[in-house]
Amino acid sequence: MSQPVTFVDRAGRLLGTPEAAAVDRATRHMTAARDAAIEELSWSGDLRDRVRRIRLHSLANLDRLIARFADRLEEAGGSVHFAADAAEANEIVAGILDRAGARRVVKGKSMLSEEIGLNEHLEAAGLEVTETDLGEYIAQLAGDTPSHIIAPVLHMTRQDVGRVFAERLGVPYTDEPAELNAIARAALRDVFLDADAGITGVNFAVADSGSVVVVTNEGNGRFSSTAPRVHIALMGLERIVPDWPSASLVLESLARSATGQRLSVYTNVITGPRRADDPDGPEEVHVVIVDNGRTAVLSGDTAEILACIRCGACLNVCPVFRTVGGHGYGSVYSGPVGAVLTPSLEGLGPWSDLPYASTLCGACEEVCPVGIRIPSMLLELRRMAAEQGHLPEWIEGGVRTYARAASSPGRFRRARRLARLVSGPFSKDGWIRRLPGRGSGWTRHRDLRRPSRVSFAEWWRSRGA
Amino acid sequence: MPTCLVDNMTPHVGRAAVSALEAAGCQIDVPEGQTCCGQPAMNVGMVDEARRMAKRTIEVFSGSDDTVVVPSGSCAEMITHHYPRLFAGTADEEAANQLAGRTRELTRFLVTDLDAPLRAKSDGAVAYQHSCHGLRGLGLAECADRLLEGAVRVEYDGTECCGFGGLFSVAMPEVSAAIMDARLDRLEESGADVLAGGDVSCLMHLEGGLRRRGSAIEVRHIAELLTPDEDG
Repeated sequence: MSQPVTFVDRAGRLLGTPEAAAVDRATRHMTAARDAAIEELSWSGDLRDRVRRIRLHSLANLDRLIARFADRLEEAGGSVHFAADAAEANEIVAGILDRAGARRVVKGKSMLSEEIGLNEHLEAAGLEVTETDLGEYIAQLAGDTPSHIIAPVLHMTRQDVGRVFAERLGVPYTDEPAELNAIARAALRDVFLDADAGITGVNFAVADSGSVVVVTNEGNGRFSSTAPRVHIALMGLERIVPDWPSASLVLESLARSATGQRLSVYTNVITGPRRADDPDGPEEVHVVIVDNGRTAVLSGDTAEILACIRCGACLNVCPVFRTVGGHGYGSVYSGPVGAVLTPSLEGLGPWSDLPYASTLCGACEEVCPVGIRIPSMLLELRRMAAEQGHLPEWIEGGVRTYARAASSPGRFRRARRLARLVSGPFSKDGWIRRLPGRGSGWTRHRDLRRPSRVSFAEWWRSRGA
Repeated sequence: MPTCLVDNMTPHVGRAAVSALEAAGCQIDVPEGQTCCGQPAMNVGMVDEARRMAKRTIEVFSGSDDTVVVPSGSCAEMITHHYPRLFAGTADEEAANQLAGRTRELTRFLVTDLDAPLRAKSDGAVAYQHSCHGLRGLGLAECADRLLEGAVRVEYDGTECCGFGGLFSVAMPEVSAAIMDARLDRLEESGADVLAGGDVSCLMHLEGGLRRRGSAIEVRHIAELLTPDEDG
């Protein structure tokens, strides 16, 4: 069996590349925008408390809220479908499209569709699927995967985008953002008009009115959900809020935290299909509510991660994400939220290294508009990883040995003296230049201080206090 | 409480902390038998090992009700935040809470508890690197700023993580070093003569990187700036 690809492997390929540099630039830019939008709000602390209460309340009352949402949506003429897992969700969507005789599908941005692998499923069934979020569209053309929750191609430069467009769309190369936008707009316009069905994600569903809210800055979400005959909205079952006062607070918080806007450019509220007096809109509206591991997470130690509103602010401030980029994580959800969410949803087995891809600096929790305690949950997942035997032997053994030494002052003292003794040949002026084995990871990049000859405790005793 | 790193690697920082505390009028005791607070095991997720080390630390300090002063944000945070949770619902819960309640990080103790007439002095321009646990876990930013009021500060954002992260620095050394290198680039651009901080763990990582670069920037724990140097 081949060795699994780890965060360290992926990071090793990304570190120092133009992709990583693009991520660092873009995340700092986004963080500055977010900070300004939060700082101008005198009640930002209050907003955070209220959004946290709304989200935790929603999680605690999911059954009731989802039932109410489903009732209201059906009253408005929409259909609600429940999918236990990815396969079921894909089949439900394929079934709706099949019954509607749809062949050409446009898609708004949906991380959930990435999570369940919807595009692959639909394309295998012979459907033509086009991403219409500019970033997702670029990723699709490039054969790449999104690296960031809200900015899918944050890892690409405009030169990269220019090359992708020239190559895949046959247009002359340009790296002018306005021209690139115009090219995408022209190419997508016909796709929209020809589409039989539109699929979007859902930022929030409002239980009281049976509405789904889809936020975009490009208008593609509105186009995808109104132009085609059929609109399918995919939502994780945690994406629900009770009422409109709650929704308005969450929307404000999302826009400011995600992009530094006061409100996103397009806030689409979709409550059922086109009514008799509506000028436009789809004939059918389907909302597919997907579990795919979420119910199990709700009853576990990382349940709070489901309160996430997917703003991406934690990715933007994370020193590890900034340095490596989203592709280092190897999962659909990257950054601090991904390091908690992915192993929670899919198990630690394939993802036990993600909770360790963090310095636990806490910048994520500090910036989170819901105050989610991400570092505590990373520690919780580390505890589970250690208990389930996922720790590499050298780490587990190393900590065990250290803990044993620390169990007695005499042993600890002897360990220091031994470490000092054996480090002698590697040292100069009290610093170790090169260590063998696992220690070489440290000394490849930095010197290591040599244990001191006399410890503080020994000095204290000799001082004869 | 010197912490394991100061005790074994940088005892001069412990001596500087003693001088600062004595200058502030404190009477100091260093209870015998200290090893490590358990943070490294906690960081890895090996909770049983962490609890064993924590229990030992609680016992070592059980002889009095004195304030336990720690020259490290992350070790202080381990005791104040994690000990109560580690022992919740066990026979040691009360002792853990009791120790957590009387443990203070050094700069917090000097500034908030004592309002000590001490200032960090340096001949050169100072950049200050916060430890994340001290900064975000314990809210120590204003303590460092207060102590550094008289010193010349350069423009350097010391709130960004240095990339150390405990186990992270050896388990993912390339990523850790890449984060460090970006910080050191900023540090060198800042024109700082001295890099100061409140945690010897982050500082050892950064100092190791500076030495490898052949940089002339000196690295000092803030306690060393508060007192005359006592080399020896």
